[in-house]
Amino acid sequence: MRIAAAALGLALAVSALPAAAVEPGEVLPDPALERRARAISADLRCLVCQNQSIDESDAPLAKDLRLLVRERLKAGDSDEAVREFVVRRYGEFVLLRPRFALHTALLWLAPAIVLALGALGLLLALNRRKPETAPLSAEERARLAKLLDDRPAAEG
Amino acid sequence: MLIEAGHFALALALGLSVIQCAVPLWGSRTNDSVLMSVAGPAALAVFACVAFSFAALTIAYATSDFSVLNVVENSHSSKPFIYKLTGVWGNHEGSMLLWILILTLFGAVVAVAHESAPERLRANTLAVQAAVTAAFLLFILATSNPFTRVSPAPFEGQDLNPILQDPGLAIHPPLLYIGYVGFSITFAFAMGALIDGRIDAVWARAVRPWTLSAWVFLTLGIAMGSYWAYYELGWGGWWFWDPVENASLMPWLAGTALLHSTVVMEKRDALKVWTILLAILTFSLSLLGTFLVRSGVLTSVHAFAVDPARGVFILAILVIFIGGSLTLFALRASLLKQGGLFAPISREGALVLNNLLLATACATVFIGTLYPLALEALTGAKISVGAPFFNLTFIPIVVPLLLLVPFGQTMAWKRGDPLAVAQRLAAAFGLALMVAIAALAVTLGGPVAAPLGIGLGVFVILGALTDVLARSWSRGQPFAVVLRRARGLPRSAWGTALAHAGLGVTVIGIAATAWSVETIATIRVGERVAAGPYTAQLEAVVPRTGPNYRENVARFTIWRGERELGAVETMKRLYVTRGMPTTEAGILTVGLSQAYISFAEARPDGAVDIRFFYKPLVLLIWGGAVVMALGGALSLTDRRFRVGAPARARSAPAALPAE
Repeated sequence: MRIAAAALGLALAVSALPAAAVEPGEVLPDPALERRARAISADLRCLVCQNQSIDESDAPLAKDLRLLVRERLKAGDSDEAVREFVVRRYGEFVLLRPRFALHTALLWLAPAIVLALGALGLLLALNRRKPETAPLSAEERARLAKLLDDRPAAEG
Repeated sequence: MLIEAGHFALALALGLSVIQCAVPLWGSRTNDSVLMSVAGPAALAVFACVAFSFAALTIAYATSDFSVLNVVENSHSSKPFIYKLTGVWGNHEGSMLLWILILTLFGAVVAVAHESAPERLRANTLAVQAAVTAAFLLFILATSNPFTRVSPAPFEGQDLNPILQDPGLAIHPPLLYIGYVGFSITFAFAMGALIDGRIDAVWARAVRPWTLSAWVFLTLGIAMGSYWAYYELGWGGWWFWDPVENASLMPWLAGTALLHSTVVMEKRDALKVWTILLAILTFSLSLLGTFLVRSGVLTSVHAFAVDPARGVFILAILVIFIGGSLTLFALRASLLKQGGLFAPISREGALVLNNLLLATACATVFIGTLYPLALEALTGAKISVGAPFFNLTFIPIVVPLLLLVPFGQTMAWKRGDPLAVAQRLAAAFGLALMVAIAALAVTLGGPVAAPLGIGLGVFVILGALTDVLARSWSRGQPFAVVLRRARGLPRSAWGTALAHAGLGVTVIGIAATAWSVETIATIRVGERVAAGPYTAQLEAVVPRTGPNYRENVARFTIWRGERELGAVETMKRLYVTRGMPTTEAGILTVGLSQAYISFAEARPDGAVDIRFFYKPLVLLIWGGAVVMALGGALSLTDRRFRVGAPARARSAPAALPAE
């Protein structure tokens, strides 16, 4: 389904089964807890979907995961503990925002590295240009004038 | 018969494009004007062939010719006629054909626009364009032939993917492709100039209208796609950082940078090397996007490995063109002489910073999109990089860029006066700050990001207008003079102001999403549910039958307090042929805001599960993009693009009669 859309080259994220997602029955009575549940859900991947969070998906597995998140929250887990619980069960793939670690360091640092390299390149380019374009010194001007004066004689 | 003729036309186009590539190149090497002049007619002929082929496929779809495999797989006799036509590009083969059609259309336009560029540059450009065309024609003929027959012909087709049965399909892919593929001309111009070893302000002026038109279409295409996703997918999101979306965002970011660097090159003869590199990179990103979407590599690395023919082919095209162009760039870049000088604090300096930030933003999207693929291929470790990552990394790069926009626009060329610029923008900044504070005060306790973002958007809009105002207004002048001066400003100045203002509008729309409210509820007929200032009352739930689907319709009236704003319908549809359900959201536009209801599930007892959203100022997101595109279009009508390139001394041997 998603593949068909992708095959189209549409700038679209099309899911197999649109809508639904969080169902009324799942919503926690405590609004603060529910807000936390939604925030965590938005960061967890629906494992059977393509690039969809469990918050957006209505696949049965996503629903199970949403319920699991809410159960852990009700049991008093912190947000981080809930995430840890889910990762231990389903692996790192479930996190839509990967953790900072050795194998993701390049990913997280990439914007800073690119920016720094770009800025460095700019500075070098600016520095390199200056000498090329410095005005002639008095000495050079005198030499130039002399060369220009000498030219007809040299040719003749 | 027509089908075979269409197939044959494609093969003919391939042959002609090889001629269009080889002969003019030879001509430009040997200074042979006659050989160079082959480029134009050849480009027109290639376009005619591809257009014929496209028409043949369209007719097959229009008449539901189920002896053609492509039609069988993607059409159905009961499908509404408009979707029979748009279904032509609603599949892999057809959309590749559309891609090539637009590619050759651009070639034909360059061929017709004689005055757009000097002879040799035009010949080289068309030759490079033909090389790209030939590669993709070969691809479609070898791996994705849309004209394959099936025998015996089935009685009925398999219908088009329901999500694509939408007016969005009629508009979005063509717009997007014109944008995507339009950058091929910029690329071809860059390569043409590198082959010739000469790049100057004339080049920049010749290439700018092409970049600008591609950018305008890409902007509209992305905005259209975003709105389509918003109303079709049913959960009210408008940007998902999906790899397919990123594939279109990357060329847009690079193209925007290119647009700005060509200005510097055209006006000040500086940044040549960088501009050429950007022209190459922008089209490379378009090609990369095509590869990502076409090869199936996005679904998973494994899907790519299962049926690698297409993927490997496009990968080869990618490697040849990107590698080849970068090699040529490396060989020739040192020949490009540095042009005009400028102080770090100047219009040029601001545009360089703009390019640095845009390039960083583009690189961030690039790495975020490809990192999981690379990591899995190299180490086998599977990670996900989704919306939370991109929001966290992309926004900090874009915010400084937005703050920079008014400064860059107000700064003088060569050497800017920061103090004078600050003075000029003080009013805009003050007003924006007041708006932000007012918004904060009104929504006290709400999210802080929204007022800040709105202040930023207002600053960008007012900053854009400040520039136009400063150029037409001076102390003590009567109003009529100011008006005359404003009208006398070059259209490109107005275009810039409009495009930047559009950007500000989009920023406001995005910021306001922080205020949107979502209510998830189970509701019965006659009951009400609230989201933000709106309430929705369920009036009826009725079944209905469409041309190729059945649906369950939930009718709502939307209220604000005791005032009825209007009625909406949201549907849960089942497309019979494919047995696939979709959700059609019910959307009521109130000013710039929207009430958005989506039908989640019908319960056996007659109640329905719904998601009801209040989306304040949401239309500004896409409205701003339309304003941006209008600004670009206005710039395109600027006089200096219409008079054509100034005449240049032609090389002498070309003018001599042949021996």
